[in-house]
Amino acid sequence: MQDMIQLKDIHKSFGAQKVLDGLDLNIEDGQTTVIIGRSGGGKSVLLKHIIGLIRPDSGQVVVDGEDITKLNDKQLNEVRKKFGMLFQEGALFDSMTVGENVSFPLVEHTKMTDEEIRQVVAERLKAVGLTGVEGKMPSELSGGMRKRVALARAIALHPQIVLFDEPTTGLDPVLTEAINQLIIDTQRNLNLTCIVISHDIESIFRVGHKIALLYGGKIIEYGTPEEIRASKNPVLVQFLSGSTEGPIQIM
Amino acid sequence: MKGFLSLIDNLGKAVLRNVEEAGKILLLFFSVLSWAVRPPLKFKNIMKQMEFVGVKSIFVVVLTGTFTGMVMALQGYHGFRMFSAESLVGSTVALGMTRELGPVLTSLMVTARAGSAMAAELGSMRVTEQIDALYVMAANPIQHLIVPRIIAGIAMVPILTVVSDFVGIAGGYFVGVHVLQINEGLFLKNITKLVTLNDIYNGLVKAACFGLILSLVGCYKGFNTRGGAEGVGRATTEAVVLASISILVADYFLTAIMF
Repeated sequence: MQDMIQLKDIHKSFGAQKVLDGLDLNIEDGQTTVIIGRSGGGKSVLLKHIIGLIRPDSGQVVVDGEDITKLNDKQLNEVRKKFGMLFQEGALFDSMTVGENVSFPLVEHTKMTDEEIRQVVAERLKAVGLTGVEGKMPSELSGGMRKRVALARAIALHPQIVLFDEPTTGLDPVLTEAINQLIIDTQRNLNLTCIVISHDIESIFRVGHKIALLYGGKIIEYGTPEEIRASKNPVLVQFLSGSTEGPIQIM
Repeated sequence: MKGFLSLIDNLGKAVLRNVEEAGKILLLFFSVLSWAVRPPLKFKNIMKQMEFVGVKSIFVVVLTGTFTGMVMALQGYHGFRMFSAESLVGSTVALGMTRELGPVLTSLMVTARAGSAMAAELGSMRVTEQIDALYVMAANPIQHLIVPRIIAGIAMVPILTVVSDFVGIAGGYFVGVHVLQINEGLFLKNITKLVTLNDIYNGLVKAACFGLILSLVGCYKGFNTRGGAEGVGRATTEAVVLASISILVADYFLTAIMF
């Protein structure tokens, strides 16, 4: 399997706090990789490195054969068009309607007519299980619907890679399952490379083709769900069992 | 001695912090300039902001302008009566409004209404990751969010100032002529005699500068918000305080240069 994204020896500190400490990770093309790790352990920072929102202190981020840490803003924008990202709270523009939110990337980066855009927006919303919500404001939607709309916006431009920042946090078990299924379907149907950050143990095994554990600023375990389940790594064992006893210190 | 040294230390840190902040605002201004001349301009966003900054501020501007003109007439009347120069009340109100109070009061009101809203809106967009979302979608937040607000500020504050000048003078006329019984002919004649077009123009140039200051500061504070809801509140307060002070300081220097 070819690697879509390679992170090589990434170091990143904020002030005195070292968040990433020589991190290496390869993300395979057309697969879903789940990154797990404790809260505040640098998972979101890692995701922001992949899309160039944060530059590393040292190290390389290679996306589709190109080291994005060396690019200027204009070149970086070209690379970003390959990405879609689902933010934790959706990050929908609350001054715009659902329709305007989903059409935003299309209006920005394509020369489609209004009619074509309307069709694509309806199509993408249908793909995430929503119809007839184009005229609503994000504030009128429930948390689960907002995430669906955000996913529709993330896949509007047919990206190759979609990043999910804790897609199921704060949702009830039924919605969690619905969003997981949505991630699986979207990944399969559009043949996407997906990177998912999650705390939810069930979701991890459900959506992930590969699972990576981030701990102490490094990836300390990486493998298929079966390999991860069978691992004897004490950090991983503690993380999966949710025990307070073990190498992970609670402040 | 130790206390004295720590005082110097704190003073130095405060100066450094402020110089750094001023530098960052200036850098933001330059990047706004470069994005403002780069097509495509976001006309829809600009119109929306103009409506918010301009149209929706008319009511407060009319109210403050009218009462300022009225109270100036009242105060001026008591002073001028001492040497029987009541007929100068009109021109005093008109000069005061066009040169000074029109632009300053208008921009302070717009700062309180729209400058604070800019900081709050951009601040909450920052903490809810909407600004990151723009970057991720390869769209520049300065072009989408800040340029329209600054264009609206520069364009609408002078227009509001014209309104404020007009209602201020009208308020002064009402109090002077109808309440205090000053001779209407002399009242109006002195206005046209003593107020030149330059007084009005210079007032409007000031207003445009203040519009730039209040929108730039509001956007800067909002755009650089950190730390959740509390951060948004802090950014909003800081934006109003910094913009108001900057407007009053800039007013002195602009007046010194222009009049």
